[in-house]
Amino acid sequence: MKTRIFVTLKNGVLDPQGKAIHHAIEGLGFSGVHDVRAGRLIEIEHEPGLSKADLESMCTKLLANMVIENFEIEQA
Amino acid sequence: MRAAVIQFPGSNCDRDMAVAIRDITGADTSLVWHRESVLPTGLDLIAIPGGFSYGDYLRSGAMAARSPVMQAVIAAAGRGVPVLGVCNGFQILTEAGLLPGALMRNAGIRFVCRTVGLTVENSQSMFTSSYSAGEKIHIPVAHHDGNFFADDATLDRMEGEGRVAFRYAEPVNGSARNIAGVLNDAGNVLGMMPHPERMIEAMQGGSDGRRLFEGLIREIA
Repeated sequence: MKTRIFVTLKNGVLDPQGKAIHHAIEGLGFSGVHDVRAGRLIEIEHEPGLSKADLESMCTKLLANMVIENFEIEQA
Repeated sequence: MRAAVIQFPGSNCDRDMAVAIRDITGADTSLVWHRESVLPTGLDLIAIPGGFSYGDYLRSGAMAARSPVMQAVIAAAGRGVPVLGVCNGFQILTEAGLLPGALMRNAGIRFVCRTVGLTVENSQSMFTSSYSAGEKIHIPVAHHDGNFFADDATLDRMEGEGRVAFRYAEPVNGSARNIAGVLNDAGNVLGMMPHPERMIEAMQGGSDGRRLFEGLIREIA
């Protein structure tokens, strides 16, 4: 079984990488892009029995830094 | 006096840190590998050095903060043993929850490697007692993720409690309120992005970092 975990910066936390990507997108001639924020996708292959609580615990203990990041768990 | 410098895969300031501690304080200084779950007994100082532990995978300091030795460091810090984290060491201490906040990518995106001016904010801590409050010193930085972030309530509380040890005297990396180094609530854990161990004798261009170690030995002795 596969679970996808999306880790994103909290609102209000400055994202210099997102800004640089935005700048590069504009440099390629694309217009109409208002903002870019970069995050991280983590794919986990696991036994079907792994609980949502365990996945959440992995996120809060390691995969996301709760000071600056949020996470979303997407189970296939 | 006994000191330990923790080594992670990817640490690269471990030897400089050990030399600085040994030369300035005379401490019996051992290098401790991250897989150890027990620290040498009777430690008076633990240093977490700079570098790129675990290749900065996931987030700078994130993997190192979960390695076996850090459980022992957290326990020692709880008993009051002084812990100094420099650069990647600062990142590891925030990831381990020993210090508040987080260190994010520099606001200007680029790696910053130069000597910067710092203002000593708190000269009462065991790490800063040989400086005067408000004094300007010069210490090098070399980092990509030194942009200190914490929410406003946390920053207000830390400032109110005198837990900001050093501020940048010039824009360096976008750090909240120009914070360069912070103390924990008990005052025995200091994390700082600048490298005091790289400024301990004239040959290195100055010795402003030396006084941090000189102050420490007076406080510990």
